Amino acid sequence: MSAAEFQPISFEELAVPLFDQLYNFAHWLTRDRSEAEDLVQETYAKALRGFSSFQLGTNFRAWMYRILRNTFLTSRTGLKTTMTVPLEPEEDNLELPIERETPEAMLIERSNWQLIQNAIEELPLHYREILLLCDLEELSYCEISETLSIPLGTVMSRLSRARNTLAGLVRRKLEGGTVNGLRNLEDTTRHLS
Amino acid sequence: MVCETWKTQLDIYLDGELPLEQTHDLDAHIRNCASCAADALVRVQLKRCVQAAGERFAPRAQFRRELYRTIAGKPIRGMLSWNWVMAVAMVLIFVTGLAVTYRVHDRSGQDRAVYGELTDLHVATLASLSPVDVPSSDRHTVKPWFEGKIPFTFDLPELHNSDFSLQGGRVTYLGQTPGAHLIYRVRRHEISVFIFPEQVVPGDREERSRLVKELSFNVETWSHAGLWYCLIGDVSATDIDNLAELLKGASS
Repeated sequence: MSAAEFQPISFEELAVPLFDQLYNFAHWLTRDRSEAEDLVQETYAKALRGFSSFQLGTNFRAWMYRILRNTFLTSRTGLKTTMTVPLEPEEDNLELPIERETPEAMLIERSNWQLIQNAIEELPLHYREILLLCDLEELSYCEISETLSIPLGTVMSRLSRARNTLAGLVRRKLEGGTVNGLRNLEDTTRHLS
Repeated sequence: MVCETWKTQLDIYLDGELPLEQTHDLDAHIRNCASCAADALVRVQLKRCVQAAGERFAPRAQFRRELYRTIAGKPIRGMLSWNWVMAVAMVLIFVTGLAVTYRVHDRSGQDRAVYGELTDLHVATLASLSPVDVPSSDRHTVKPWFEGKIPFTFDLPELHNSDFSLQGGRVTYLGQTPGAHLIYRVRRHEISVFIFPEQVVPGDREERSRLVKELSFNVETWSHAGLWYCLIGDVSATDIDNLAELLKGASS
């Protein structure tokens, strides 16, 4: 038993600070407010029941994300999502880097969050979750590996693919947007490039 | 290392997961390579963009309240559980300690009341013009004198070759119960020996002697064969104890 176990730790104390980010992550996974609420509710209920088995001193945040993700995967929406989005064969080889002068780079400068959000939403689940866990939740590769139950090498390769896929989506959206009336944005990006 | 190889490491580098030595090498490379620097910039921007755009959904206040209510005051782990165990143990120890203290204090108070009363009898008897009703140094005279006067009998020791001498005895009362009050002398000092039925004295009585000091008098008590013995005198504890041993020897 570690020394940390001699500190008074309540479930509430550990879990409440994670509420907003867990809800946000749940909403990204389910794409629906009501389902996100159910998912978070069930996650907390499961965590509460399993808190006695939680190893103090290990990563509580990763533990909560893992519960949430597993709960989602076994939910109706989760099952549907994983069945309709085929997983690409994953290799540990990292993808080649993003090209320079990419539209996403210009978009970032224009802070076009809506377009980025739409692009994230369109990502397959396994890319969406790993991208958000890394870039938004700032989980380490180890924590992601633990949360998603995948090897560290797969974390790196999947993350790389997720980023490249996102870049491609953003690029396509920007090009499509130009055709569909995002003239102003194109003018700006042209100016920036 | 060529740029293409470096570029495969850029994401890991920007995620802060590259080993320290390689991080230093990549830092140095980026400072001297415009292509990799630009690539890194794009990746940083995309990362920041995902970060900003990712913070999109906030829970409803109502849902937040409901969930907080669900988990409020829920289990505590680690020290927390240990704290409860410790707290319960501490409470038990405290309560037990309190009970023992109360019991000891209570018994001590009862004993002091008895000792006080017997000390009064001892002093009052010695101050009396006729301290004994049966003045005799012969135990075979004193002991029979009590027959019919008290509801029990007792044995007295043979005092030859000892410093003690029997002065006599009288009937006395403790808690409305009659008992024997014997007076012994040792070097011009009187020692009272009280003998009562055990049940007269409150609390648990022990065969083992207890020697206490009460109002500067030494007091020794013990129980044997349903009788409670109490010796009181202004002599030393050793004298009291020696007489006690003689009495115990006679009654065993």
